Amino acid sequence: MGLVGWTWALDGWIVVAATLCAMSCALLGSFLVLRGTSLLGDAISHAVLPGLAIAFWATGSRSGTGMLLAAVGAAIVTVFLIEALRRSAGVDRGASMGVVFTGMFAVGMIMIVQVADHVDLDPNCVLYGSIELTPLDQWSIGGWLIPKAVVTLGLTFLLNSSFVWLFYKELLLTTFDGDLADSMGFSSRFMHYGLMSLVAVTAVGSFESVGSILVVAMMVVPPAAALMMTDRLHALLWWSMGLAALSAVTGHASAIVVPSWFGQGSTLTSGMMAVSAGGLLLVCGLFGARRGLVTRWWRQRSFAAQVAADDVLGYLFRLEERAGGVGTTSAQGKVGSNPTVADVGLLSANLSQPLKHCQRIVAQLVQRGEIESHRDGYQLTEAGRHRAQLLVRSHRLWELYLVEQAQFEIDRIHDKAEAWEHVTDESMRQSLDQATSQTDLDPHGSQIPPEVSPPRT
Amino acid sequence: MALESIGSTAVDSPEWTESLLRLLTLADYNSRIVVLGTMLLGCAAGVVGSFTLLRKRALVGDAISHAMLPGLGLAFLLATLAGGDGKFLPTLFAGAATSGLIGALTILVLRSTWRLSEDAAFGIVLSVFFGAGVALLGVIQSLEAGHAAGLEGFIYGKTASLSWGDLLAIAAAAVVALLACMIWFKELTLLCFDSAYAETQGYSTWWLDGLHMSLVVIITITGMQAVGLILVIALLVIPAAAARFWTNRLQPQVVISAGIGMAGCFCGSITSALFPDLPAGAVMILACVLLFLFSLLFGMEHGQVWRGIRRWQWQQALLRQHLLRAIYERAEAKSESQNGSIPASVEVSELLAARSWTRARLERLIERAQREGEVTVIGTQVSLSKSGLIQAQRLTHQHRLWELYLITYADVALQQVDRLADDIEHVLEPAVIHELERLLQGRTDAVPKSPHQLPESI
Amino acid sequence: MNPEGPSDVQRVPVTTPATELGNKLPLQVWDLTVAYQRTPVLWDVAFQVPPASLVAVVGPNGAGKSTLLRAILNLIPRTSGRIQVFGNDFELQRRRVAYVPQRESVDWDFPVSVLDVVTMGLYREIGWLWPVRKKHRARALEVLNQVGIADLAHRQISHLSGGQQQRTFLARALAQDADLYLMDEPFAAVDAATELAIIQQLRAMKQRGKTCVVIHHDLQTVPDYFDEVLLLNMRVVANGPIDKVFTPENLQKTYGGRLTLLDEVSTAMRRREKSL
Repeated sequence: MGLVGWTWALDGWIVVAATLCAMSCALLGSFLVLRGTSLLGDAISHAVLPGLAIAFWATGSRSGTGMLLAAVGAAIVTVFLIEALRRSAGVDRGASMGVVFTGMFAVGMIMIVQVADHVDLDPNCVLYGSIELTPLDQWSIGGWLIPKAVVTLGLTFLLNSSFVWLFYKELLLTTFDGDLADSMGFSSRFMHYGLMSLVAVTAVGSFESVGSILVVAMMVVPPAAALMMTDRLHALLWWSMGLAALSAVTGHASAIVVPSWFGQGSTLTSGMMAVSAGGLLLVCGLFGARRGLVTRWWRQRSFAAQVAADDVLGYLFRLEERAGGVGTTSAQGKVGSNPTVADVGLLSANLSQPLKHCQRIVAQLVQRGEIESHRDGYQLTEAGRHRAQLLVRSHRLWELYLVEQAQFEIDRIHDKAEAWEHVTDESMRQSLDQATSQTDLDPHGSQIPPEVSPPRT
Repeated sequence: MALESIGSTAVDSPEWTESLLRLLTLADYNSRIVVLGTMLLGCAAGVVGSFTLLRKRALVGDAISHAMLPGLGLAFLLATLAGGDGKFLPTLFAGAATSGLIGALTILVLRSTWRLSEDAAFGIVLSVFFGAGVALLGVIQSLEAGHAAGLEGFIYGKTASLSWGDLLAIAAAAVVALLACMIWFKELTLLCFDSAYAETQGYSTWWLDGLHMSLVVIITITGMQAVGLILVIALLVIPAAAARFWTNRLQPQVVISAGIGMAGCFCGSITSALFPDLPAGAVMILACVLLFLFSLLFGMEHGQVWRGIRRWQWQQALLRQHLLRAIYERAEAKSESQNGSIPASVEVSELLAARSWTRARLERLIERAQREGEVTVIGTQVSLSKSGLIQAQRLTHQHRLWELYLITYADVALQQVDRLADDIEHVLEPAVIHELERLLQGRTDAVPKSPHQLPESI
Repeated sequence: MNPEGPSDVQRVPVTTPATELGNKLPLQVWDLTVAYQRTPVLWDVAFQVPPASLVAVVGPNGAGKSTLLRAILNLIPRTSGRIQVFGNDFELQRRRVAYVPQRESVDWDFPVSVLDVVTMGLYREIGWLWPVRKKHRARALEVLNQVGIADLAHRQISHLSGGQQQRTFLARALAQDADLYLMDEPFAAVDAATELAIIQQLRAMKQRGKTCVVIHHDLQTVPDYFDEVLLLNMRVVANGPIDKVFTPENLQKTYGGRLTLLDEVSTAMRRREKSL
């Protein structure tokens, strides 16, 4: 199964047009999502209708710049009305969008019926667009035949990216904290309307060539997916543009490939692009670096594993202590009674971990070279002893600190120290050491082992 | 997205009055069905929409209705492949409802698992599901067996040609939705008002949200194929948003919203029957929008006109109070320094210094007060007339009562303070006022009870 | 207004000489009335703030404290009244005013780092359209160092504790290098260490001739932290130096007379007297 019927002259241009559109939308859409106005693309896609009707009535044709301008005008009116309802009348943002866009759409429908009763002005065409047809309508630029849509979408992309580039700092400030922006003299309202006007231009420019579904999808889905990947705004913008481009390419490819699995020809590209954007969102939602489910689960799991491994090391270290000081490793000859050696069963019982779990941890530790196996169990290696010593040091320093500085009861300190020892690094131990009195013994009377530098490798 | 007008309720007689009468009395079978069907839908959508609005999910209908397309396509495809009639209504209903519910569930999951904002979740479900639906329809159209034409009509509606079956479906959906809203009114209220609290009370917000979204699905699915997707969205949003201007309480909100939905649909369907050229769905939306605008302007609670008037009155009262009190307090201060003999008039320049008003504004104020007969002006001297004095005294007295009230009760009842109330008695309990009066008597700045202790202006 | 000098010149924090200030107080408010709908939130509020002072704004919940700051910053319309900042209209003195909003006012999930947030304080100085440069980030980092969280500079802001978030806001305000700071509850829900760090910063700012108007909740610490106090409960109950104004009687007038809080305050006052 392959891309049968893929022709560069057609499909290449379709993908280019779709990619440009997707990236334009995703760039602005990132800000829409952060501002809580994700559905604006959808609202505008319906609300431009009266503009189209007026333009048609005025010019008598259904193409050209007049149509575009009128649609942009209608979109800006929509944005303005939504904002006015929200600010002055206190209507909830979603509701004000709903009222305005359905109302505008209704007005548009009635106007269209009046002016275009017997003419071909099909609102469906506006909304679905026909990205498949983009390569057919071409302009000759410097001897090259370039589809009109590619040119207009390219210009749109240029416009949007230069806007975001120029006003990056202002967009960031007004999106993050509008009040602060206003108090500093950066008018948040000005930025809002600027952004919204561009959204209107982009939406209208794209409807004609690629259809509204693509616009609505690309304004929301790639930015949302990017939120799963990163927690920096500039990275968010790059991610969402990249994901948008990727979903445009995969969308078109799958529009050709997927139906062929069922013995069909091909299906609407814009629909499949929206679907593949959704697929990418799912992938990012599962594996994204920031909010991905699997990522989060994996992080938790590996932390739990680290804690368990630390516990094994700490236990073995305490065994050695009890057997007579650190470093008594020469216990090889005696069978069965080596006090510094513990087998898995003993570990499992003392650390209250299931046997199987313990076996896995022990295997990992052996692999990392921190413990070594003996005839009757496991024993710390030099590297393992070093790590264990630091853990135990952290633990006892915390106990000391809690008793001395935080006035904790002595029977309540162990659990806290047990939890914190795993995240305590050298600088923290240093501060703890300084904050506590110069004693070598922790509140339970155990020796606090000294700080050690890492062993030579 | 054609809310196509199918002029089947064309009026035979050119006489408008007669046809209007026929319509209003629902004489035509056809218009009877249309009017009843849309009104029922408007009522149910108004009720459910109130909860959606208060849950801050006004556009959930938008998302869910678009999310139904793939289910619709899939149901058609499967039914056709199985050799059945692709357009068998119950199959399509089931398919659309399933995918609508999956869409709703996806919204909830996106919210809770990935902490995406409400609107982003709506946008994702709307566009991805709808995209899938469009792609599916693309496949169906290339199928030879399927007569997919008209399948889109399922979403875009056919308002003016509702059938008896459609009416029954709408009625059933409306009854189910209304009953559910009645049975779980308390729970839904809690969910909309404070979902976190609902959670602590042992209600599962998942369950309640699910219930709420299912109601939206029921309304959407029956409404969509009857009157079209956009009209359903409009009916879920506009009446509820309009009702907010009339009341602050939930029960009246629900009732008013249902009423506005019904009225909008009634007016819309009547109008579109009178003008069969107009697309019926669009006319109904417009009727609702007009009702919304009316509410926006004249709603009892938040109507903009009342609000504007009230604000203006408030400002005027405030300024007048400022002026009278400023004059009175000046005069009072002088009388203290001159052992009780109160000079009845004060210099304009003194007043100017008393507050931050500009000279022009102060002069305007004095002029207005002079017209009202509250002050008299002689040269640069302003004095209170007899009625002005009584007013000023009352205002100052009340002002000091409020001060005392704030001092004694500030911690418990800040919201009670209404310093522009014509009379403090209208706001506070008599016992409280009595106590305040007693406290005021003990103070040096108590306003003398009788205005006649002050000499008349000369 | 700072004239735009050559960019490589080190900006020295300028303390406006007292002579230039003359009678131009950092903040003067006359007859300020603000109402939401018809309910007045502030009623005839008048007060002034002396230069180089730390002013606590104190009052019960709903007393209009935040509203006062927002009205001063022209963020909400006022029904009547006049406000002057350094003897001039706020719009003309914007540059000399910095605002520290409440911590809850922003979305802490927003994809920015601590350093980004602090750099925002420099935007005014950078100006419209000019990009943020390395030297600006360096300055922001310096300020972060001052408040003691330089090591968190590249964290995303949701990973901060409440105290650290508050320090981030403080750092942003410091970066603004204003002369008048309006702070909305910078001490809300912070740990003891942060509280100390913030108050040390405030004192250092005062040393440099800055003025801070701070909404504060903890009555016990008011005498220790501040020089001046504005007791607010819809109207100004009292305004002036702590030792004159922060009296049990005034507090009673502010918080209402039927509150056990009063006992609390009088013990706090006694404690302070002992400590003197």
